[in-house]
Amino acid sequence: MTEPVLATHGITKRFGAVTASEEVSLDLRPGEIHALIGPNGAGKSTLIKQICGNLRPDAGTVTFLSADVTAEDTVARARRGLGRTFQISALAMEDTVLQNAVLGAAGASRRAFSLWRPALTDRSLRAAAEEALERVGLSDYAATRTAELSHGQRRQLEVAVALTLKPRAFVMDEPMAGLGTEGSQTLTAFLDTLRHEAPILLVEHDMDAVFALADRISVLVYGRVIATGDREAIRTDPAVREAYLGEEA
Amino acid sequence: MRRETLLNAAIALGLLAVPLWAWSAGEPFTITLATRAAILALAGVGLNLALGLGGLVSLGHAAFFGVGGYAMGILAHHAQTFAPLDLGLFTVAGTKSMPVIWLTAMVFSALAALAIGALSLRTSGVYFIMITLAFGQMFYYFAISWPAYGGEDGLSIWVRNGFPGLNTLDPIQFFAICYVLLMAALVLSAVIARSPFGLALNAARQVPQRVETVGIPVYRVRLVAFVISGTITGLAGALFADLNRFVSPSMFSWQLSGELIVFIILGGTARLFGPVAGACLFVALEHWLGGLSDYWHIYLGALLLGVVLFARGGLIGTLAGREVAHD
Ligand SMILES: Nc1ncnc2c1ncn2[C@@H]1O[C@H](COP(=O)(O)OP(=O)(O)OP(=O)(O)O)[C@@H](O)[C@H]1O
Ligand SMILES: [Mg+2]
Repeated sequence: MTEPVLATHGITKRFGAVTASEEVSLDLRPGEIHALIGPNGAGKSTLIKQICGNLRPDAGTVTFLSADVTAEDTVARARRGLGRTFQISALAMEDTVLQNAVLGAAGASRRAFSLWRPALTDRSLRAAAEEALERVGLSDYAATRTAELSHGQRRQLEVAVALTLKPRAFVMDEPMAGLGTEGSQTLTAFLDTLRHEAPILLVEHDMDAVFALADRISVLVYGRVIATGDREAIRTDPAVREAYLGEEA
Repeated sequence: MRRETLLNAAIALGLLAVPLWAWSAGEPFTITLATRAAILALAGVGLNLALGLGGLVSLGHAAFFGVGGYAMGILAHHAQTFAPLDLGLFTVAGTKSMPVIWLTAMVFSALAALAIGALSLRTSGVYFIMITLAFGQMFYYFAISWPAYGGEDGLSIWVRNGFPGLNTLDPIQFFAICYVLLMAALVLSAVIARSPFGLALNAARQVPQRVETVGIPVYRVRLVAFVISGTITGLAGALFADLNRFVSPSMFSWQLSGELIVFIILGGTARLFGPVAGACLFVALEHWLGGLSDYWHIYLGALLLGVVLFARGGLIGTLAGREVAHD
């Protein structure tokens, strides 16, 4: 078996009486899409925050590319190549679409402390940013202020900024949220090819997308992983049907 | 965008034209007013980098203004009394040379900004405002209780410091020096705002978590910005002291920090020329309204209220539209 790119080992996180993560161990292998599903409040975003370094787990460790990164902050993990998208778009709304993408490119090439040359006319920064925008279909909006984008376009820009990092692994928190059927289908097709560049840990409520994309699925309920397996195994797992899919099946 | 560029050019030319007219008309006092406006604008340009672009509302920038002022005062004082400055291990002669004084002022205000920023930037929002205010007050009380350099009374410098090749006693020549430094600081600000660093600083004001997620350390970005900001304000302090040929603890006062913020709000937050427009307006009002009533600050307060309520983009925003200053 190949070594996982990203893994959590027995992660536990409590907020007072709420146990948001309980002994969570899961991994992301090269070339795969590993979907993380679970009802609202199951602890998916909390887990993502611990993987990306926004929250420190009470117990357990996170490894990324064979290194223990539990004590590292967001910046250090991003520099190792962790590309993350937010559940609620986190973009510089006053800036243009291109500026948001160039920011990602500047971070990726460690040029954020360059004070002299204009960012937008820098060839390499601009090329990296434009390529990412092109891939998500936002090229025509490069000069648009981000605040003027539709909700769906902001979701696309979230993905584009992550692409500028040329990550070794993607962590995406509900990238399809609010996209509509057509938007979800386009993004599904895109993520399907993206997995060959870097594996994707995908938190998603859109079950069509999850079952179309995921090589493996983990189900999180009340902070605990109650099942991990391929699509068929999860679809037929009695505990999953009862706890989660039950409502829809 | 183009409209703002034109407006900026008009302000820059206006600030040059007024003292030139006054010079030809033999009105040295007007030249002094314009010089005062240019120097205060320079201090505001420094603050604008932290406050406008970075969203760091510092109520302690008078600390850097004062450090710059005292750097000038101390060096010139030792030069005019022919008493070398005793630093324990060695002594340093005072100087009346502006370039040396400026460099000293900038180095020490940069160090002060590094220390204050390193501590203050660990907080945010209202705590940041309060902690920068507290640091400013510490400098103020330190200056008051430092008898070697005049304590509460401050220090008088008998003759304005010199600049090679110029007669700084001539008001128009001293104005020219201040004006050139102001323009240089504006060019620097414009360059920084467009650079990857400026992009990161501006994005960190809007969504810090995004900036960290692309591998850029927000704290360090803000600290660098704060140091550059304090350094420019410190340089302005040295010029201000030279304009008045006097330094006193009031250069460290929180009122001054507040006035710098007022320039920025009046002129337009995060607009390149915002502090210039604001400082010019402030000096003009101070002159005209101050002549009418000792309580002219009441009118200033009313104007400020009007700008905050009805013209959020300040003078520049109202005249040039709502786009931000950098593209
Ligand atoms: N900072 C916090 N302090 C206290 N409780 C928190 C905090 N963050 C999350 N929680 C709680 O932890 C639990 C898990 O929240 P989380 O946001 O991780 O769920 P989620 O699976 O992402 O839900 P959704 O599908 O709605 O996005 C919830 O009960 C939430 O209220
Ligand atoms: Mg969530």
